Amino acid sequence: MCLFQSVMNYFPEEVLEHVFDFLTSHRDRNAVSLVCKSWYSVEKFSRKKVFIGNCYAVNPERLIARFPRLRSLILKGKPHFADFNLVPHDWGGHVYPWIEAMAKSRINLEELRLKRMVVSDESLKLLAKSFPNFKSLVLVSCEGFTTNGLAAIASNCKFLRELDLQENEVDDRKGHWLSCFPESCTSLVSLNFACLKGEVNAAALERLVARCRNLRSLRLNHALPLEVLQKILVQAPQLNDLGTGSFTHDPNSETFIKLKNAVKNCHSIRSLSGFLDVNGRCLPAVYPICANLTALNLSYAPGIFSNELTKLIRHCKKIERLWILDTIGDKGLGVVANTCKELQELRVFPSDLYGVGNAAVTEEGLVAISAGCPKLNSILYFCQQMTNAALITVAKNCPNFIRFRLCTLNPIVPDAATNQPLDEGFGAIVQSCKGLTRLSVSGQLTDQVFLYIGMYAEQLEMLSIAFAGDSDKGMLYVLNGCKKLKKLEIRDSPFGNMALLSDMGKYETMRSLWMSSCQVTLGACKTLAEKMPRLNVEIISENEGGAGEVEARLDDRDRVEKMYLYRTLVGPRTDAPDFVRTL
Amino acid sequence: MPADLNLRLGLPGSDQSDKSNKRSSPETAEDTASNGVPAAKSADDHETAPAPKAQIVGWPPVKSYRKSTAKKAETESGMYVKVSMDGAPYLRKIDIKLYNGYSHLLTALEDMFKLSIGEYSEREGYKGSEYAPAYEDKDGDLMLVGDVPWEMFMSSCKRLRIMRGADARGLGCAQ
Repeated sequence: MCLFQSVMNYFPEEVLEHVFDFLTSHRDRNAVSLVCKSWYSVEKFSRKKVFIGNCYAVNPERLIARFPRLRSLILKGKPHFADFNLVPHDWGGHVYPWIEAMAKSRINLEELRLKRMVVSDESLKLLAKSFPNFKSLVLVSCEGFTTNGLAAIASNCKFLRELDLQENEVDDRKGHWLSCFPESCTSLVSLNFACLKGEVNAAALERLVARCRNLRSLRLNHALPLEVLQKILVQAPQLNDLGTGSFTHDPNSETFIKLKNAVKNCHSIRSLSGFLDVNGRCLPAVYPICANLTALNLSYAPGIFSNELTKLIRHCKKIERLWILDTIGDKGLGVVANTCKELQELRVFPSDLYGVGNAAVTEEGLVAISAGCPKLNSILYFCQQMTNAALITVAKNCPNFIRFRLCTLNPIVPDAATNQPLDEGFGAIVQSCKGLTRLSVSGQLTDQVFLYIGMYAEQLEMLSIAFAGDSDKGMLYVLNGCKKLKKLEIRDSPFGNMALLSDMGKYETMRSLWMSSCQVTLGACKTLAEKMPRLNVEIISENEGGAGEVEARLDDRDRVEKMYLYRTLVGPRTDAPDFVRTL
Repeated sequence: MPADLNLRLGLPGSDQSDKSNKRSSPETAEDTASNGVPAAKSADDHETAPAPKAQIVGWPPVKSYRKSTAKKAETESGMYVKVSMDGAPYLRKIDIKLYNGYSHLLTALEDMFKLSIGEYSEREGYKGSEYAPAYEDKDGDLMLVGDVPWEMFMSSCKRLRIMRGADARGLGCAQ
């Protein structure tokens, strides 16, 4: 060890830096910086990519001090349950301070990837102005900006390669943001604006596509009709990833025939999505490219009949990632199982969110997939019912799951055959899938399932619990057993103070804990906050007159409706709104 | 009614039901406790008319973006009209919005009813066909399909009727 260290120290820093360049994972680089002071220093100045899983765990100043030469930043803001309206609007997660600080410090930012953050037009404008080499902006599930902000990006980022907007709530001002890409812009490789609701200038888009010869990924929005798609495909047959906009037309029309021919020429398309409005009879136009598809997302396509779906899928023998709606039905999943032998990730979303129709998939579909697709390792499955027997079979068939998320539409539905809780089924999953890192459970569940999870889920990093368990024991099993747990989110479950306070140090090994509609009281949260200064314990009230009023009403013995705690290096945040109180 | 699915905060009860293969349906908001947890559930619920979707906030856990997109698609979609065919015992219903023009619609009708409709001409309607498509417009008048621009047809068509060719002569603008 000593000899090794002195030998390594003999190498000039450039060599160390070069060696470190080969380390791509954040974890590896973090480990390396802990070895010794000189490695820390070299790593610090050579680190280009930084990942911050919780934007409130650090602050911009510390980031810049720690990694002054950073070029690429990933930031995540709101807790996951914000996706489901459990976090009030205006909770936080603003990106502006980060952009402002990096601009001031002349960081040479090239890439920014944000998830669940509030992005104002102001921040986009500042971003566009401040970083001359900016290349890539990826916004996932963000909000707060309008197409005016996008116009600023388009106008000013001369070397922009990637503008990828995934599932954001954007206020579409129907401006001409797309037309703001100057004629000199030819660098685009990836452009995704599928989530925008408004019109875009089709002619401007066609010209943009024509001059960006390196364009590989293009995802259109709903407002663009098939005619435009056809013209674009003629200009860009080199695309790897295509998101159609609207996909509906008279299949006998000349436009449609032209489209079919254009599609045939697109030999490089490996990923297909969109169909935001679709006439099932138009789907055959894409059959020629199905054979080479590795990813297919039809989950935003309303109203495709199951038989049309299955006809399409029969062409897709190489699919590795498939996102669909439950309208495919168990039978349709059977077709997937027989056809898609390379399938790794499957997501089946519910189609009927407002009506009272019958959801179309059950445990049968899941079992069929598990039997037919040996490479399956990631699943998100919304279903009407489930059984332990099915889960046990799935566990046997697929020991390679790394992500397993099951969502029964009725959150506490028991085993459909035996009326028992689904403990045994999930138990089988965690016991069999030794590499499981993410798990969401649902259905009727007792403390027993958590005993199994604590016992077997050794690699588990993220666990989502809803309407489950009987007592504090359930939560304790998890906290004590899952050594690698990073994120725990719990709603509507009978876990209380005893579980919360039993191992307070545990939370410093985790990114965050969310508990809503559970049994924890204000007093216990206060105790936790007091004992653990490196945690922020936030009490989130519904926006009723602010936390001040709520405080006056809340007694230490009262249950807390929503608690979100996370480790942090920088103490209570300064931007918390009224209804958030950091204890 | 057995309370076998009664969600409580204590230890699991010993109530058992020997019902098999029953599905619970979610309760309405009135039945939930203040924290949104569904109260007593009955395995019988699905025998009666389907219960309205539960008002549990955030369940099923679908991203609000996805929900709002689906809602938009639902409210925008659907121009369903009844289609009757002379002599057929029951009617069908189709969503005109799914079609992009007359030829598309007529092909679909031919498929659906296993018949042939033939060529439209302004002068002679569907002369020579065994069947001719007609529709009832906003004013209640019976009109021949194909005379007005497609968009106008979509907004004025209330009902479709596939008539025998012989009966259809006399409809149409010119004749």
